[in-house]
Amino acid sequence: MSDLTTLTIAAARDALKNRSISASELTEAYLSAIDAYNTEFNVYVSVTADKARAMAKASDARLAGGKGGALEGIPLGIKDLYATEGDQTQACSHLLDGFKPRYESTVTANLWADGAVQLGKLNMDEFAMGSSNESSYYGVVKNPWRVAGSNANYVPGGSSGGSAAAVSAFLCAGATATDTGGSIRQPAAFTGTVGIKPTYGRCSRWGIVAFASSLDQAGPIARDVRDAAIMLKSMASFDLKDSTSVDLPVPSYEDVMGQSLKGMKVGIPKEYRVEGMPDEIEKLWQQGIAWLKDAGAEIVDISLPHTKYALPAYYIVAPAEASSNLARYDGVRYGLRVPGKDIVEMYENTRAEGFGREVKRRIMIGTYVLSAGYYDAYYLRAQKVRSLIKQDFDQAYAAGVDVILTPATPSAAFKIGDENLNADPVHMYLNDIFTVTVNMAGLPGMSVPAGLSSEGLPLGLQLIGRPFEEETLFKTAAVIEKAAGIFTPKKWW
Amino acid sequence: MSVDLATVKRVARLARIAVNEEDANRMTGELNAILGFVQQLDEVDVTGVEPLTSVIPMALRRREDAITDGAKAEDIVANAPGSEENFFVVPKVIE
Repeated sequence: MSDLTTLTIAAARDALKNRSISASELTEAYLSAIDAYNTEFNVYVSVTADKARAMAKASDARLAGGKGGALEGIPLGIKDLYATEGDQTQACSHLLDGFKPRYESTVTANLWADGAVQLGKLNMDEFAMGSSNESSYYGVVKNPWRVAGSNANYVPGGSSGGSAAAVSAFLCAGATATDTGGSIRQPAAFTGTVGIKPTYGRCSRWGIVAFASSLDQAGPIARDVRDAAIMLKSMASFDLKDSTSVDLPVPSYEDVMGQSLKGMKVGIPKEYRVEGMPDEIEKLWQQGIAWLKDAGAEIVDISLPHTKYALPAYYIVAPAEASSNLARYDGVRYGLRVPGKDIVEMYENTRAEGFGREVKRRIMIGTYVLSAGYYDAYYLRAQKVRSLIKQDFDQAYAAGVDVILTPATPSAAFKIGDENLNADPVHMYLNDIFTVTVNMAGLPGMSVPAGLSSEGLPLGLQLIGRPFEEETLFKTAAVIEKAAGIFTPKKWW
Repeated sequence: MSVDLATVKRVARLARIAVNEEDANRMTGELNAILGFVQQLDEVDVTGVEPLTSVIPMALRRREDAITDGAKAEDIVANAPGSEENFFVVPKVIE
């Protein structure tokens, strides 16, 4: 590993500004690390080396002229869900074989406008459906973290598993990701990285392959809290092309780092203490509470009574929206086409071959719950439960709570190919039990590394904020990070 | 509520996904596991509760009713498995 790849975004930004390193050197360092280790981790599904070199060269020209944006010369990995012009964009599905969009997503366009460099497209669960990155058409991703004395491989979480593992293994300085039910926060927790899902509407969804439109949000995965703040500042914007994008100024999230928590109220929801949760998760949570108390915050017990219904409601709402969104993959306009004796058979064959098992499962559930006679019993009821989940949070915030602290996941990363999890979809879905409530209510949520499991795998804490108060999350996460330290995997590769 | 094999085949047809007997059998089990899991929502009293349609209270933006985009036919068909003169080519649909 070259030393340059160990620089945080903040450190690289300073080194680039004062010209002690060049953007081209930094990009080359990452490209050679990818060259050497991508086969080990399978984090990149495509490397856009020519584009990266051209972008780095342009950054150097701007930096030499004393110019340059907030991310000038910073090499980033992009989740394969983001459309990037002229590059393979397949949501890691066989169905989108060969799809090269003629347009750029708003979020990536924002990053390039600020001077960032695109290293390539990152692996993920197919169409962002999964919690282990095992549903990708391009194969599993390895978590850079291992248990001491063992060479067993662990999943990086999902769906943004490639993003989290690439950041953790120093194969990009930071990565874009997306989160529909926990797809940023769960992989961040599994890899010792920082991930934030901002408030629904904060980042434009335009040009991001849609999974469940009322839940999908873009956000960054980064090596530390400051880097996540720097990235989100560039990613977020008001965008007329996304009708749910919010017209609010984007604050400089970095500025709140180091601010005091005095007078802040931190809510601890009793419903996040679930049956069968390992002691070490409870301990981590208590440790987090102690850190925030030491920093001057007031700790209050709160109740979010509908928490347990968030996951079942999610497994109606998300598949229902997915079944509509994924109806467009018909073998006509892009991607794979498998012939049939007529057009309907062509659709059916294309979708049967192009979609993987998990995606088909969710389309089937979604089609069923939206089908005639079942809409009220399932979809409408789930949307009503969703109102109750949101009301729980509204009431806590109305009572003066500024931020809510919970564990990010009910366990540390599990092994690749876990038979129990793969045999039982519901068991796998339980990974998102603490994160999915946040999507259902549209709130901002962040996962910050806080400790290690007894086996030495990273564990994260989750912070949940009020709508559009991401600054509170960054401020609080900075305190946890200062107390817990930075988590880097021991290099075995 | 649970689904039987015939329902799974009907839903697969609605979803335009070809399934063979083996797929349909497997999916029946998986779908019933998921439907069993979501059934706990029946415990919740939702009387008088409005369904959530937007997580952030906001009115949908309107724009001027004017043509602001277009003339991208080539871009649109560029990724199609089959196209001719900027039309998508599909198997014959009219006898």
